Amino acid sequence: MMDMWQNIILTIATAATPLLIAALGELVVERSGVLNLGVEGMMIMGAVTGFAVALATGNPWLGMIGAIIIGSLFSLLFGFLVLSIATNQVATGLSLTLLGIGLSGMIGEEFVGEPGVKLSNIEIPGLVDIPLVGRLLFGQDPIFYISIALVFGVMWFLFKTRTGLTLRSVGDNHDSAHALGIPVLRYRYFAVMFGGACAGLAGAHLTLVYTPQWIENMTSGRGWIALALVVFASWRPLRLLAGAYLFGAVSIGQLHAQALGLGIPSQFLSSLPYLATIVVLVIISTNRRLTLMNTPACLGKPFVPAR
Amino acid sequence: MIRVELVKRPQHSNFYMLMSPFIAFGLTLVFGALIFLALGKNPFTGLYFYFIDPLSQVWSLHELAIKAGPLIMIAAGLCVCYRSNNWNIGAEGQFIVGAIFGSMIPILMPGFQTVLTLPLMLIMAMVGGAIYAGIPALLKARYNANEILTSLMLVYVAQLLLDWLVRGVWRDPQGFAFPGSVRFPPAATLPEMIPSQGDAHYGFLLALVAAIAVWFFLAKTLKGFEVSVLGLSPRAGKFAGFSASAMVFFSFMLSGALAGLAGISEVSGAIGQLREVISPGYGFAAIIVAFLGRLNPLGTIAAGLLLALTYLGGEAAQISLGISDKVVRVFQGMLLFFVLGCDTLVHYKIRIVSRTAEGSAT
Repeated sequence: MMDMWQNIILTIATAATPLLIAALGELVVERSGVLNLGVEGMMIMGAVTGFAVALATGNPWLGMIGAIIIGSLFSLLFGFLVLSIATNQVATGLSLTLLGIGLSGMIGEEFVGEPGVKLSNIEIPGLVDIPLVGRLLFGQDPIFYISIALVFGVMWFLFKTRTGLTLRSVGDNHDSAHALGIPVLRYRYFAVMFGGACAGLAGAHLTLVYTPQWIENMTSGRGWIALALVVFASWRPLRLLAGAYLFGAVSIGQLHAQALGLGIPSQFLSSLPYLATIVVLVIISTNRRLTLMNTPACLGKPFVPAR
Repeated sequence: MIRVELVKRPQHSNFYMLMSPFIAFGLTLVFGALIFLALGKNPFTGLYFYFIDPLSQVWSLHELAIKAGPLIMIAAGLCVCYRSNNWNIGAEGQFIVGAIFGSMIPILMPGFQTVLTLPLMLIMAMVGGAIYAGIPALLKARYNANEILTSLMLVYVAQLLLDWLVRGVWRDPQGFAFPGSVRFPPAATLPEMIPSQGDAHYGFLLALVAAIAVWFFLAKTLKGFEVSVLGLSPRAGKFAGFSASAMVFFSFMLSGALAGLAGISEVSGAIGQLREVISPGYGFAAIIVAFLGRLNPLGTIAAGLLLALTYLGGEAAQISLGISDKVVRVFQGMLLFFVLGCDTLVHYKIRIVSRTAEGSAT
């Protein structure tokens, strides 16, 4: 009985981890005042890169690193357009997603049906056998640990370091930040690249841990859900952790309900995570004061330094 | 160290306003050629099959019209949305729901076959698309929820709804367990324009009419002016007495109706039944069409034809050269990237400066 609960929580953690990592990256990007709607595209590029590199080298760790690198390089395409030549952030982010889905489909075509390489769990002998929480805390895949470390790392960076404070000031008022001599665009470039690296890592989690194989379009909207999570969390890392696990629970819950065969059409259950996203967005956004207070004031606004 | 610097033009450049889509297309061709090289194919034959071969035969011109129709129709509606700063990116879902609504008539009332059948189907589809687009509009106007995310989430929901219908309650009992509805009777089929030459149906004509009508609306009517004012300056619009939340509903439901119309034209004119997949991503490609057409409905006609050409070219290149049809999506994505990049030229001069030169200047 206890093991069953632990297993359910474990699967929830596996479903939540990619959402959490991608959303954390986007949180930092948005805190710097940039809205990158290309999360889905960067994530799927990370997924295909992780799979391909792991398959070619036989080493899933290299796959993970490759995904991080490709994710951040891919985000630079977006970064160059919106930062250096001040294009519309919504449209550019969308085009990054469209391009990522297209490119990954092209690159991944030869991998369809190939078995992938799985990133093995890190198990601490002894501790892993503690009932109820042993496997949860001491026997998971490495990306899970990275995701938890990232939550606290991002929290510490944003709210406890001077650089984090500066990054937030860039997102809240780029003109004042510029007047103070802060290199606004440089901060935003680094934030965008961090977001890309996180999205790439989140994608790698899908192909190296979640389902070690390549399926075209396998992110199936997770990048978009991550974007919604950032709003849900009102740009706070800890709330993001809660939100990602809530969504993990919804998507695992619907899978279990499908397996039980409750007579509810599977398509209806599959649509639950998307419907939940909408409901959550509505609930959070209704509170206008909360959203206005937390939204980075310069979110989505292009910055062209006047010289 | 090289840096890009933007210098604001005192007035936007009409030259680049006109030329930027062409520059973007040119850049796409160059990078497309590089992709073909990377795939080990001759770039010139690759580009030939992509962009010229489909234009060389009458039947493939018909195919071009079939693919361009939905793209133009959807993009014309999206122009209204994007101009008024309402980011409807769920046209793919509105396309599907429109098709479902329109298909209700031939599927649920197979006996009803008169001259009214087809017009009623088209109207139903527009109503369906408009209602479905009304959801994110309502959530934005009333609850302040981000319309980009809600409209996109509804795409997945619409796809699942269609899947459920054609595998379940609407499956053709005589269909040998294949997912799909009954085939539509002739009275419910959008007829072909020139049956002796090819398959193009009247959907293309509908698309042209829609694009011209939306253009007239935007350029010549007060409501169209309201769209631009609210898009460019919501504050100015407020002082003029225009309601931003009414515009949310108006733009979303108009574009939803057009996407729904595109959905039923595709199902009734090109496919002939409701299936589990009815769109090769028209709703997303139409976003590219709208921007490539510079958010001008007349521009979307040319842009829609070009994007349709990439779909056909993808098929041609796959058959003749064995190039994966996945390359199409890459082409389309690159095209949007370059279009957006080139649009900067309309408002800014781009200067490439090296750090050292700047240092000596200041």
